[in-house]
Amino acid sequence: MQPLVKNNILKEKIIGLSRENREDIIGYDTPDITKIREQALSKFVDLGFPDQSVEEWRNTNLDNALSYDYNLAFHPVKKITNIESIFKCNVPHLNTLLLPLLNGWHVFMGEALKTLEDGTIVGSFAHAIKKYPEIIGRHFSKYSGAGKNGLEALNTAIAQDGIFIYVPEGVEVKSPIQIVNIIRPESNIFVQARNLIILGKNSKLTLVHCDDSYNLLPGFSNTVTEVFIGENAKLNHNKLQNINNDSTIINSTYFHQKSNSKLLYNAISLNGGLIRNNTYVKLNGEGCETNILGLYLMDKTQHIDNYTYIDHVKPNCNSKKLFKGILDEKATGVFNGHVHVRRDAQNTNAVQKNQNILLTDTAKIDTKPFLEIYADDVKCSHGATVGQLNTEALFYIRSRGIEERNAELLLMYAFAAEVINHISIDALRDRIDDMVKKRLRGELSVCDQCVLHCSSQEQPVQFDIDMSLLKTNN
Amino acid sequence: MLSIKNLKVSINEKEILKGLSLEVNAGEIHAIMGPNGTGKSTLASIIAGRDIFNVDSGEVIYKGKNLLEMAPEVRACDGIFLGFQYPVEIPGVSITNFLRTAMNEQRKYRGLEPITAKEFFAKMEEKKKLVEIHSKLTNRSVNEGFSGGEKKKNEIFQMAMLEPELAILDETDSGLDIDALKIVAKGVNSLRTENNAFIVITHYQRLLDYIVPDFVHVLYEGKIVKTGGKELAFELEEKGYEWLKN
Ligand SMILES: Nc1ncnc2c1ncn2[C@@H]1O[C@H](COP(=O)(O)OP(=O)(O)OP(=O)(O)O)[C@@H](O)[C@H]1O
Ligand SMILES: [Mg+2]
Repeated sequence: MQPLVKNNILKEKIIGLSRENREDIIGYDTPDITKIREQALSKFVDLGFPDQSVEEWRNTNLDNALSYDYNLAFHPVKKITNIESIFKCNVPHLNTLLLPLLNGWHVFMGEALKTLEDGTIVGSFAHAIKKYPEIIGRHFSKYSGAGKNGLEALNTAIAQDGIFIYVPEGVEVKSPIQIVNIIRPESNIFVQARNLIILGKNSKLTLVHCDDSYNLLPGFSNTVTEVFIGENAKLNHNKLQNINNDSTIINSTYFHQKSNSKLLYNAISLNGGLIRNNTYVKLNGEGCETNILGLYLMDKTQHIDNYTYIDHVKPNCNSKKLFKGILDEKATGVFNGHVHVRRDAQNTNAVQKNQNILLTDTAKIDTKPFLEIYADDVKCSHGATVGQLNTEALFYIRSRGIEERNAELLLMYAFAAEVINHISIDALRDRIDDMVKKRLRGELSVCDQCVLHCSSQEQPVQFDIDMSLLKTNN
Repeated sequence: MLSIKNLKVSINEKEILKGLSLEVNAGEIHAIMGPNGTGKSTLASIIAGRDIFNVDSGEVIYKGKNLLEMAPEVRACDGIFLGFQYPVEIPGVSITNFLRTAMNEQRKYRGLEPITAKEFFAKMEEKKKLVEIHSKLTNRSVNEGFSGGEKKKNEIFQMAMLEPELAILDETDSGLDIDALKIVAKGVNSLRTENNAFIVITHYQRLLDYIVPDFVHVLYEGKIVKTGGKELAFELEEKGYEWLKN
């Protein structure tokens, strides 16, 4: 098989480079971490890149994404011009603390790690390894299990930097923290970023997490984010993806929840050549709540794959999953939703839903909600739908005088709104709302700046039809 | 206003309307009655522009224009309104927004500026009172989770807001309690002028006590087989449709 050979070339190249740059990679490590990295590297040597013979990757083909002759970024970009404008985020009234990542490296002015007034520590993961070895030692690679597949193993082995956030016990971080992950290739680039986010007991954090590309060159972003949510802590995590059509994102996020903690995770994928979101949630304490939502709007030959795994380990937890997608032209999508209810996890409530609209005959979705239940006192449900726009509804709308195209938009938007309405930061929701409308009209460009920056040059999108009051009823 | 001549309509090779003719003038109210499955809703859909049917022959002229060539939204903008027998649920779209959008598209078509929010809400309040619809209802998604009666009332509410020239009400009275029935009638009667017309499809003579028709037509096996005044409705109520067979 031809592509396999190509993958192997890249694999060999990466392994070679990893060995050559070993000193840089382990530069900040404690011996324990170096050990974890070495094990992970041999795992990558064994596994290589995931291919379609692996069940979980059956419907996502990485051959094309891996066919470029990528370079790795073992050092941060040295001279960054107009850094402010690259990361400037101009969502009106959205005041966030911005943590930029460029090619996997945290870009900072002044200190690499900052301690905020409330005691929260934010900044570079690389520097955190050195400065807080004890915290890192306790959490690093503890939730990702060193990687379930080659890509995650590779990240563990060679990712040097990323974002580190530590919210101490009892602290409610006031303004949202925003990670902006930008790939700016001078030439094709393969980026590893490693984020570690820790929420202490009774703490609270709102996170905005954007993946963007800076130009139209191919990039491959392989990110692993580990998130620890302590007892009774609350995390509201908003993810936004808008990268160019030749770029790939593999975004693996591991949530580890302690008792009575709450997670709301929203992943909105607006554009990208190939996007794979692996979301793992371990409910490792009683009384947890977790809400995982996703919205994807794909067209051309784009591919989106949402893999989610929720592990109900302890009793009395609720989990909800809702993924909605609209696929146009030749776009393809995959939804794999796995809910695992372990023997001890009595009184589990788990719901998962995946709903899709295919706008053309050539768009495709493979959807597989999957329940694996070993406890007997549980309430679980799952369902998947694939359909077109409801023609009766379209006719009903048109019969009131609304043009066909606008009737379609109204239906698509209403479909998407169920997910958007869960975004709790008003300013962010308004902007995403805007972007989704733009995207549905085919007017969203992958701009050269922060994803939230897209419509900065223009006025907010105006629809011929006014959708400002549009809301789902609750 | 509306002139239908020898209309033949089929779906999947099955003939539904088999040479139907009907003339409706401004200022008139026409009632159409007839057994189940004879093509009443099909006729209503054809006028509103549903494209799942084949028009095999005949013509439909509305205000001097060939209606069959017009898109459904253009028909609506030109004054046609269909109150659906089975109103469709549209999750995620609030009635308020839906109507404002519809109204502004219609205004755009007529070369008018969009309605201001203030005017719009004032009009909503006025029409809500007229059809005695709950305020809560208009904040909900269009028809989603509405009871049968609420759906029908919502159709009348939309009609009142959009003020059509030709309104077709397809069994708007079915499933309504007697009070709601009076409200529907009030909606129709208050809208009635010498410039607009109504086609009221119903199974029950009762409605016609409140909305007094100028003509009653019997649609039977795809054709209008009998036309009379409102007394025809009583006759049908009494004798059924069997006697019309020959
Ligand atoms: N989409 C469709 N596909 C196939 N047959 C249809 C379709 N729509 C209507 N028909 C058929 O056309 C005939 C007329 O239906 P229509 O709904 O117009 O009757 P109706 O007079 O409105 O009846 P009712 O009083 O029960 O509402 C029926 O036999 C019906 O089954
Ligand atoms: Mg009918």
